Amino acid sequence: MKAKYIFARSYLYILLFVLYAPIFVIAIFSFTEAKVLGNWTGFSTHLYSSLFTPGTHVGLMKAVENTLLIGVIASTAATLLGTIAAIGIFNTRNKFFKGAMNTLNNIPLLNADIITGVSLFLLFVSLGVSQGYVTLTLAHITFCTPYVVLSVLPRLQQMNPYLYEAALDLGAPPFKALRKVVIPEIAPGMASGFMLSFLLSIDDFEITIFNLGNKGLETLSTYIYADSRKGGLTPELRPLLTIFFIVVLVLLVFYNLWTLKKTQKK
Amino acid sequence: MSRLSSIIGRRSSWGVPYFIFMLFFVLAPLVIMVWYAFTDAQGHLTFYNIAEFFQESEAVNTLVYSVGIAIINTALCILIGYPAAYFLSNSKINKSSILVVLFLLPMLINVLVRTLATVALFGWMKIPLGQGTLIFGMVYNYLPFMILPIYNVLAKLDKSYSEAAQDLGASPVRVFLKVTLPLSVPGILSGVMMVFMPTISTFAIAELLTMNNIKLFGTIIQENINNGMWNYGAMLSMIMLVFIVIMNLITGDQSENTNSGVGGLI
Repeated sequence: MKAKYIFARSYLYILLFVLYAPIFVIAIFSFTEAKVLGNWTGFSTHLYSSLFTPGTHVGLMKAVENTLLIGVIASTAATLLGTIAAIGIFNTRNKFFKGAMNTLNNIPLLNADIITGVSLFLLFVSLGVSQGYVTLTLAHITFCTPYVVLSVLPRLQQMNPYLYEAALDLGAPPFKALRKVVIPEIAPGMASGFMLSFLLSIDDFEITIFNLGNKGLETLSTYIYADSRKGGLTPELRPLLTIFFIVVLVLLVFYNLWTLKKTQKK
Repeated sequence: MSRLSSIIGRRSSWGVPYFIFMLFFVLAPLVIMVWYAFTDAQGHLTFYNIAEFFQESEAVNTLVYSVGIAIINTALCILIGYPAAYFLSNSKINKSSILVVLFLLPMLINVLVRTLATVALFGWMKIPLGQGTLIFGMVYNYLPFMILPIYNVLAKLDKSYSEAAQDLGASPVRVFLKVTLPLSVPGILSGVMMVFMPTISTFAIAELLTMNNIKLFGTIIQENINNGMWNYGAMLSMIMLVFIVIMNLITGDQSENTNSGVGGLI
């Protein structure tokens, strides 16, 4: 009995180690100066200080800035649009409309990213819209919103439907009833929808590359792609990626601990 | 203000803005893509693109090869991922939800970063890039996407089924083969959806993992779009879309409710 568990646990930990090996390699080699990843030329934090020296990595920093800015704008817009839509889908009695909404909402989820990217590209091209910040943000809102809808809908379904009516009966105007009764109930769904949207947005590559136009707009993923095509990554990407990874890891672990604690309290 | 209130009060109409948004950014792009697929550069209707696809052996061969790689990748992901999901869902083996998060976390790391890290690892271990590294890297990238849906199903599985089988005298192997495995099929199917089609349609991963020596179907789509062959690129995307629709029709009913994507994570 005992041996079985030891086997199972070691399987999990070995697999985890293998899965993380590439990330470890990047993190380890962020502490050496060598241009080529894999050459160890002694411990150094030179890459970290070089990364944060103002004026040295303008292109890279601009790409990081674009990534974060588009991520925040797109996920905020997606959270608003998706939450309002979820309330609408939940409350409509029109079966056809409900079905159409659900089907359309599922298309970006089930579709391959490359098709979403190419089809949006062709939309903008055929409309004669020049691609850039706006089209890229719109594309990101398009693939993020479905996730928000899917995170908010279950919250609405779990909610006591009479609470809202009770608030109305007690004289609250609809807007106030919504703000005081519905929003607090669905807030966790909105939060996870927002977080998921943000992570998907800053990660996206396949949809981004078709919609950023040719005016030199770069996000982190397209910068990395262009960089790797030129042969060899900019060494400063190693510390940057290590920092990115640690931030995401810490955020997610804390978020999960927090939600776990909340559910245990209930 | 009263008019605003009455609009807010009719919550059933709240889906309308998102519905219009989706018509414009989800449905219209796909229609335009199909239209591009059946027209030439001057906008005249033609079947030239589809004829070109079947005549040009490169595209067909690449598609067949991509399907082959996708089958191998999916099979490996099931073989490696199923035991992992099984162990993770067993509360005697895995007591913390953090371990699950750690398994899924790589999903949220940029796909290019993960791939480049893998390439770096191969370089560090002096393994030449080629078909072997392609499959290895694909499994690396897609394993979490297989583990998540299977884990979701197994974690929710009613334990009383397997206990009943045990009480009735079935051996552990028999319990697994006759009860647990059949009940987890929906999870496997949504895992297949999340691994199989993306393997065919990714472009950057294969390019980076093989120094652009091996092309997958997604690579060809991207090359055509990039080189201004929009109509032919649209046709290739449409063929990909047909594949996805067929796959969805096959697995769709079974995998419902487990395909929560990364949504299960946060």
